[in-house]
Formats: sequence, structure tokens, C-alpha cells
Amino acid sequence: MFRSVSELIQITEDKNISISEVMIQQEIEESGKTRDQIYSEMERNLDVMEKAVEDGLKGVQSRSGLTGGDAVLINNYRENKKTLSGDLILDVVSKAVSTNEVNAAMGTICATPTAGSAGCVPGVLFGIKDRLNPTREEMVRFLFTAGAFGQVIANNASISGAAGGCQAEVGSAAGMASAAAVEMAGGTPDQSAQAMAITLKNMLGLVCDPVAGLVEVPCVKRNAMGSSQAIVSADLALAGVTSRIPCDEVIGAMYQIGQKMSSTLKETAEGGLAATPTGKALAAKIFGSAAE
Amino acid sequence: MKFRSVFDIIGPVMIGPSSSHTAGAARIGKMARQLFGRQPKWAKVYLYGSFAKTYQGHGTDVAIIGGLLDYDTFDDRIKDAFHFAKEAGMEVEFIEEEGSSDHPNTARIKIGDDEGDFELVGISIGGGKAEITELNGFELRLSGGSPAILVMHNDRYGAIASVTKVLAEKEINVGHMEVVRKEQGKDAMMVIETDQVIPDEVMQRLSTCDHILQVVTIAE
Repeated sequence: MFRSVSELIQITEDKNISISEVMIQQEIEESGKTRDQIYSEMERNLDVMEKAVEDGLKGVQSRSGLTGGDAVLINNYRENKKTLSGDLILDVVSKAVSTNEVNAAMGTICATPTAGSAGCVPGVLFGIKDRLNPTREEMVRFLFTAGAFGQVIANNASISGAAGGCQAEVGSAAGMASAAAVEMAGGTPDQSAQAMAITLKNMLGLVCDPVAGLVEVPCVKRNAMGSSQAIVSADLALAGVTSRIPCDEVIGAMYQIGQKMSSTLKETAEGGLAATPTGKALAAKIFGSAAE
Repeated sequence: MKFRSVFDIIGPVMIGPSSSHTAGAARIGKMARQLFGRQPKWAKVYLYGSFAKTYQGHGTDVAIIGGLLDYDTFDDRIKDAFHFAKEAGMEVEFIEEEGSSDHPNTARIKIGDDEGDFELVGISIGGGKAEITELNGFELRLSGGSPAILVMHNDRYGAIASVTKVLAEKEINVGHMEVVRKEQGKDAMMVIETDQVIPDEVMQRLSTCDHILQVVTIAE
């Protein structure tokens, strides 16, 4: 079982196989299931992600009223106006936001790696779909590649906001998405690792400070920004840009930062945006009215 | 290596919004339902820590009820679980506890009907994973990640051997096992996690073993 990104890349080079293939082979070995079973299970996850993206683009509203409807706004703007950041990035972003809005509205999503960070991976995947025209199998493989990088982070640092802050959730999700995007675009395994490192470096230190403790503010918009960073990092890596700090060391830094982060900034709703006057007022309003 | 499967990272499929406060809570409810073995008529749910503070916004309440109705984490009906609980004739009450608990996301669930009642404490440990830490007053640790048998028995010699003998005959492999008791010579409990789902026939044989009071099972 690979323990680090460098071990993962080494296996791809030794066996001359892709990252997704390493992940599939390891899953067969670890779970005792057949390749077909594992593939079907991942394809079902893909179906769930696709449906969530579609549902959110029709417009949803959360129970608290804090989030919903932004995916529709972004998509309308993208289709009808002259945008600044361009069509592909805004397509990615609207689909990431869409997923997280569905999540906040108690719709069905696939945690990647968590529910609060569930937008980045499908946002990037379905956003680059029209550009790269992947087969269904390549889309399923995208998820195995993302999972391989996520597994290294989970085992060496954390994927939980309560343990490592938002860098561990949206940071991990964005890094996973960028690495998988590189593979889908035809990049090398090493370029996937570079993209992951570049993304994660720019997410270091991000705190988990949800208003009223809900997975809404700022989580939905952090997925928007996470997914856009994933695309830019993937392009940098594909252009041949490399990270001066190796991917595994970036993950190590993320762990250390998470350890030093105050518990008020790790999913307790006691610090950061949650502790702003508006954050506190929103919390009082939501729980005041919900308790009636 | 805590995370060994790609589906720990890409998954679970679940009803939002929170893997810990919704999916994990639903799993605690479902474990309670499975261990009770039938649809309860009433449920009292005591919430602690972050569960107590944020359960309404996260749908922790409907998730636990959904679990008690035997729904999976991805079942759409979770959203309308209050309605379906009424339809199933189950009365539910939520109590916000002020006191602290060892884990921030803790729920104590008491359920029952005319024939009996049952109590457990569950914690949601992140990413949709949940554990049972107390059952009818016994402290234990049960992940629900693999099938398990819980055996209430008298604290006598031979009780454990009589159970493991049946499992050996039926070629059921034990992955983890612990034995807990409240007091020497009184009530005790075995928690046995297995690699296979336990067939009904095995459950019936276990319930007739010496010194055994009750046997329940839980499948993932």
C-alpha cells in the first residue's frame, strides 16, 4: 500500500501504469472485491455527483436560508454576459457551488472527501468535461485518481475540519481535483503531484469557521474558490511549472499547521467568520426561529 | 493506516449537509434500530456537545429518526423523517443536554415498545463514521464497520466457549472480540465483530447456549 505521494508516483513509473490504475489495483487487493464491483461502486458515486450538479443548477434553498441560488446566478451570468475569468472556470465554479448548495439543502451528495468539501471534485470533473470529452470510464478513473491523493492526505495529515481546519477539507478536495484533472488532460503522474502540491500550498492555514456551525457559510464559496484554484494549478503543472516544495512535504506542513491551529478555528463555530457580529447575529436568528 | 479504502475518500453517498452531523448521526440511529431488532414505538434522544448546539441546522434530528426507521445515509426520506415516524407510530422526543461529554458529537438514544426497551450511546467521529460507546449500561467500542454479534449473558465460566464453539462450527471468523461485565458474577456482554454476516440459524443456536440471556446482531 502506498504511504506517500512519492511512493505512489514510484509505483506508476515502475509498473508503467496510471495513478487511477494503482488505486484500482490496491482497492482490489485491500477489499477482496473484484475489479467490476469496485468500478460499479465508483460509477454509482459518479452518478450521484452528476445528479447533484444538475439539481443545484435548477436552484435549491437550505433549511436555514443561508445558502442557495448562487449556482443559478453564476451560470446565468456565464451564459449571458462577457465574463472576466472565462467560460470554463465559471462552469467549474457553478458546478462546485451547485453541489454544495444541494448538500446544504439536505439533498443527496457524495462526500469527496467530506460533505462540506463535496463541490470541488465534481465541479472540476463536470466543468472540464466539455473541453476534454472524456469517456465514462475516464470520468470514473478521475475519481480513483482523486481518491489516491486524498488517501495519502488522510493517512499522513487529515481530511477533517475539526482536526485540521478547512485546509484539510477544501484544501484536500481542491488538491485531489487538480491532480485528477492533470491525469484526464494527459499529464504525467508527476505533473499530477505537482498540481496537488501547488493547490495545497495555496490552501495552507485556511481555518474552519462555519457560521452557526452549519456547512454553509463560508463552505459553499470556499468550494467555488477551491475548484477554481484546482483548475489553475492543473494548468500550471501541465505547462511544466513545478513546486519547489515536494508534495509530501506540503502535506506534512499542512498537518503541522493543523496541529498548531486554535480549536476555536476548527469547526467549533467559536472563531473566525462565525465570531463576527454578523456571524453571531445570523446564528441567533437561525436557532431562535428554528427552536420555535 | 486509518484509511485503507478509496471509498473512505470518495464517499459515502449521503443526504447533506454534514458527514459528521448528518450521515454519522443516521448511522448511530440505524445501529440502535438494528440492535433493538424491531421498529420502536417511542424514542428519547439526548444530544450532547456540538450535536446539542447545532442539531436543527444540520438535520441531526431527522437523520437519527431516519436511522431509527432503518433508513440508509443516502435515503431521501430522511428529510421528512418526522412525518414518516408518525406514520410508523413512533413518538420521538429530543432533549438538549447541557453537560459535557467525552466526544463533541454524542447522542444517547433510549428506544422501546410494549415488550422492552434499549439504550445506547453513539459518537460520530467524522467523515460519516460512527461508533457505539455504551450499550444498556455496558461500556464498549463498536464501529458498525463490520457485522457484529452482541451477546448478553451471565458472568459464568463456559459462556464464552459455548458461543465461540458455535461460531467455529459454522466457520465464522472473529475479527475483534471483547467481554465486559458490570460486576463479577452478574450481567455480562460479549461484543464479537465478524467477517461474515451472521445467518438467522446461527443466531438461534447462540440464543440457546448455556448462560446466554439475549443475542442481537448488526450488519453494516
